[in-house]
Amino acid sequence: MAIDPAAELPSGLDVEEIVALARRDGDKPITGVAPSRLALRRLRRNRGALAFGALFVLLVAMCLAAPLYAKHVAHTDAYENHLTETIKLHGKVTDVVSDSGVAIGPTWHGRFLLGADESGRDIAVRLLYGGRTSLEIGFAAAAITILLGIVFGILAGYLGGWVDMVISRVMDVIWPFPTVLLGVALGTALAVGGLKIGPLEVSGSSLLIPILIIGVIPSPYMARPLRGQVLALREKEFVEAARAQGLGPLRIMFSEILPNLSSTIIVFAPLMVANAILLEAGLSYLGAGVQAPTPSWGTMISVGVDHMVTGPHQAIVPGAMLVLTVLALNIFGDGVRDAFDPRAKVRTVK
Amino acid sequence: MARFVARRLLAMVAVLFAISVITFTIFNVIPNGDPAYRLAGKSPTPDTIRQIRHTWGFDKPVPVQYLKTMEKIFGGSLVSYSQNLNVDDQIVQGIPRTLSLAIGAGVIWMFFAIALGLFTAVRAGRSADRLMTALAMVGVSMPVFWIGALMTYYLGFKAGLFPNGGYVPITKNPIQWAYHLIMPWTALSILFIGVYSRVLRGNLLDTMSEDYVRTARAKGISERRILLRHVLRNSLIPIVTLFGLDFGAVVGGGAILTEKVFDLQGVGQYAAESIAQLDVPPVLAVTMFGAFFIVLLNTVVDIVYAALDPRIRLS
Repeated sequence: MAIDPAAELPSGLDVEEIVALARRDGDKPITGVAPSRLALRRLRRNRGALAFGALFVLLVAMCLAAPLYAKHVAHTDAYENHLTETIKLHGKVTDVVSDSGVAIGPTWHGRFLLGADESGRDIAVRLLYGGRTSLEIGFAAAAITILLGIVFGILAGYLGGWVDMVISRVMDVIWPFPTVLLGVALGTALAVGGLKIGPLEVSGSSLLIPILIIGVIPSPYMARPLRGQVLALREKEFVEAARAQGLGPLRIMFSEILPNLSSTIIVFAPLMVANAILLEAGLSYLGAGVQAPTPSWGTMISVGVDHMVTGPHQAIVPGAMLVLTVLALNIFGDGVRDAFDPRAKVRTVK
Repeated sequence: MARFVARRLLAMVAVLFAISVITFTIFNVIPNGDPAYRLAGKSPTPDTIRQIRHTWGFDKPVPVQYLKTMEKIFGGSLVSYSQNLNVDDQIVQGIPRTLSLAIGAGVIWMFFAIALGLFTAVRAGRSADRLMTALAMVGVSMPVFWIGALMTYYLGFKAGLFPNGGYVPITKNPIQWAYHLIMPWTALSILFIGVYSRVLRGNLLDTMSEDYVRTARAKGISERRILLRHVLRNSLIPIVTLFGLDFGAVVGGGAILTEKVFDLQGVGQYAAESIAQLDVPPVLAVTMFGAFFIVLLNTVVDIVYAALDPRIRLS
């Protein structure tokens, strides 16, 4: 039987890796390969995942370049309305927003490349600026989720006892609860009143509010698997050795145990960003996320949904952009997961 | 076993209590959220405010207010701030719609998820598997209200294939009931099919490499029988857990986005509208209602597991 080098064996290693590990070239010693290096090697071979990873980077770069596009191509910004203006389209003078309130569709060049919205704002420009908002929320919220997940997961797993009891019970309450229901309740309450913790004051329209909500709510999804891993790790010899050397619990938790969790964290990260972007859209649709007039993909879709009949492009364009971004992240994230732990299964947050 | 069930039920009550306290606190500690001002309308006099505070009991300490509200929820006499409607009546009105959404969508997503999971697992690594897996990924990446809006516009409004909005009770006309719900069912199912089929595919692949499957094959049992009887059965367990959670969440009003985009007027939409108006009594009631179903189904799943697998009882 010919050996197919691309075939995955049940152990999760492929033929090449097993051969590399098992090779005994005379007196040449077997050199170990770090698991992270193996993972990277596997990821590099996964062309599809890499392509979608590159697509995501491209989309981020496009959104970062929003001011350039706005200034040099569209000659407007994300908020300026052109309600009463006309543009020349195929040699004909056309209203940006017609007298009956119908916004112009995609012109496919220059100004209003992807059409205008009901207020006569350039959708392409808002799409890029909105992408900045959505991505900012996605990254910041995912960072909060991961940070909280690490802290609570390690504390609960390592300390055990009543600390574990309290943290686990709180997670039990949040875990099965519909994220959208919880998010919309918190989002509305905070959007009306703002947030006041001691000297810290956040206004209701601040982006910090959706970031916090979208970051905090999914944290049990991160903390639970980490806690499980820490439970196993704390019985390992290296932890015992650290304890015998007189290291304090904090030091053991964060400089001995934490590095061992890195592959789980890396695997979760892209999926967390994707979920945060989706949750932003959902909350904004319900008025509990990003507040108008700040553009985000979520707010743009929700405005567009209301004008589906007169100008479907207003919902289709930001929605397609969002799906493309989330899809790129999900496929890339899937590739990362396969690379780091071919047998891992990640529960997807909804 | 009896002790295990009792413990789970006790934990369920504790979780419900915790959820009600948290929800009540969220809406009572937010600044500018004083309901007396909103009830009083435009430019109220301090006197009216004081009076409203008194009649609604806002002048009482928060724990007392909490107890009074809970008493009213269970007594069925809670009214909303904004429309002065009985909250329990409103929820009862929404239940058949939300339940219809949950049951229909649940059947669809389980059926297609199992079919897709089996199909992709059997063809793992081939192009058909790759294509279907990619499709599942697209399904997971789409916001449900976006796909819902596209469906109502293109299939409902433009093509006129399906009715936009409207709900016909199943007792009146089962065919019209299904016809009116088919778009919401589909939209809601897409995400779940994506998630479940991928989880199932992974489980199936894991189970296929178990020793007992090889034994079964060695005994000469047909591939089809091995797949359905030996492999699928064992791989379904995690899916059933997920289903318990998600189905409970949808019944409990968790499908807010789907209900809103199709204007189903179910429990979830009622929750969303009440939240938007900061109308605390309905929010609290719906949250309790939703949490009850979620925790209940969670507990049922746990108990069923413990019955199936004695090891769980001991841990």
